[in-house]
Amino acid sequence: MRRTLLFATLAAAIAFPLIAAPLGWEFYIGFASRVMIYALAASSLNLILGYGGMLSFGHAAFVGAGAYVVGILMAEGVASAWVSWPLAILVAGLLAAAVGAISLRTRGVYFIMITLAFAQMVYYIVVGMKAYGGEEGLNLATRSSVGFGLNLKDDATFYYVVLALLVAGLYGLQRAANARFGRVIEAIRENETRMEAIGFPTYRYKLACFAIGGAVAGLAGALLANQNSYVNPNLLFWTQSGSLMIMVILGGVGTLYGGLLGAIALLVLEEVFSAYTIHWQLGVGVILLAIVLFAPQGLAGLLARRRDG
Amino acid sequence: MSGILILEQTLNGLQFGLMLFLLAAGLTLVFGIMDMINLAHGSLYMVGAFLAATVAERTGSFVAAVAVAIVGTAIVGMALEMTVLRRLYARDHLAQVLATFALILIANEAVRLIWGPQVPLNTPPALSGPVQLLPGLAYSSYRLVIIAVGLAVAALLYFAVTRTKIGMLVRAGASNREMAIAMGVNIKRLFTIVFGFGAGLCAVAGAMLGPILAVQVGMGESILILAFVVIVIGGIGSIRGALVGAILVGVVDTMGRAFLPALLREFLPPQFASALGPALASILIYVLMAAILFWKPQGLFPARG
Repeated sequence: MRRTLLFATLAAAIAFPLIAAPLGWEFYIGFASRVMIYALAASSLNLILGYGGMLSFGHAAFVGAGAYVVGILMAEGVASAWVSWPLAILVAGLLAAAVGAISLRTRGVYFIMITLAFAQMVYYIVVGMKAYGGEEGLNLATRSSVGFGLNLKDDATFYYVVLALLVAGLYGLQRAANARFGRVIEAIRENETRMEAIGFPTYRYKLACFAIGGAVAGLAGALLANQNSYVNPNLLFWTQSGSLMIMVILGGVGTLYGGLLGAIALLVLEEVFSAYTIHWQLGVGVILLAIVLFAPQGLAGLLARRRDG
Repeated sequence: MSGILILEQTLNGLQFGLMLFLLAAGLTLVFGIMDMINLAHGSLYMVGAFLAATVAERTGSFVAAVAVAIVGTAIVGMALEMTVLRRLYARDHLAQVLATFALILIANEAVRLIWGPQVPLNTPPALSGPVQLLPGLAYSSYRLVIIAVGLAVAALLYFAVTRTKIGMLVRAGASNREMAIAMGVNIKRLFTIVFGFGAGLCAVAGAMLGPILAVQVGMGESILILAFVVIVIGGIGSIRGALVGAILVGVVDTMGRAFLPALLREFLPPQFASALGPALASILIYVLMAAILFWKPQGLFPARG
């Protein structure tokens, strides 16, 4: 049953551009790409926040770092995705490792605040990079080139690349979660003292989890830079970290498809409301508030309850 | 000359720090007593500023504007606490982040619907000129008034927390909530009062800073993060920590922006210094916070023993 649903969804996702293009729905192909990119970013946060139980409030910094690596390389004349995307992953991963190494010494609320502080630092560093647009941001001359006769400037091609990476990301997340690594991470979330007593190097496990999440966020950032053909410091502002966190909470914390469901829910909600009114934030805010108050387990929890009942 | 400049920037830092303290004081109590992350605290600051701007425009009196803003924002704050926030105390931090983030969206749009994206709020005419503090140092009289108001409120708050019954209950709640409840403190009512009080302090900061910064939708978001930095540096739940942290952040931030670029020019080639200076000045307080958390993970003045 689960498998059928999964394959049906995947088939629909693959067929979507083929149907949308003739109907003139190019806009929705771009929109779907954006949703999938945010789904990847939110899933990477879900690994840290849901599986690892680390309430990181600075995830936008890693997304932004990835985006800026692509933007800066593009400005310097390096357009190859084979160079800039892995570098985006590497830079974001190293940044996350550095931030995590210091932040993971703190607990609870202090961890939330110190990750937030580091993200703000990265934000202001980017604002201060006058050579790369500073506050104004940076326009990308073109999308990254991948070779093999694929042209990412074609929205449908870009859509398939994003889809492939999202599927790979979710598959990786599922494998990691079910492997020893994921079990240890979840056990640390439940009871760190006990895991430490058994002899697991909990700090190193948490740091690895944090760095991997950051690296995947860097990939999402690289895709986002391509999607928008534009990078600016707002990608790194704390409200972006808040949005990613909301997607995770909305979709279901610590569930495999939580990031995906949350990204779809939040972005579609925004899109629907903004079609009717410029005051769409009001509607989105009210619905978010209602979900917190009345559906504490997020959308995944709501669906699970429906199934059980 | 240089000494005068340093003195002027110290006063600027003190002025900004004291206003940050007004925001941080309410936030640290909410955080300390209820263990609740309230991202919407900055929205109360925004509401206070908009209320003040409206009253100032209608009546022409700045004092009346501040007074109405305090009362109005306190009522909004208490209503918010009784309808929404109260349901969140028992929930985890994630739920609190999501709900109060939603409140930010709602507050921003509600303010935009009522007032529009931006309203003017001017310095009262009587305070628009500078005063001669020292020979060679003419300082804005309005900023001096802000410093005076900030010090007065800080003193009042200190008195309220250390010398009154409510203050005693607040301290009891901050250091051990369960014990306070067990001793018969009506923590629910206490908290509504604390929240209204914190909202009123937000309004003071919003109204006083309004003429210096712009009164616009979204003004709460950037200053909120500074307020969080302040309470984390000071120690969550500690008013004294919030005061020390706020002045530290205010002075370090202001001084960094004023002098760091020039200082860097002494050591680095000019093109590096001009690029690096402003960025480094902006991150200075975050470096300060990370360093303090690294060595004192509970902040400078931990409220819980």
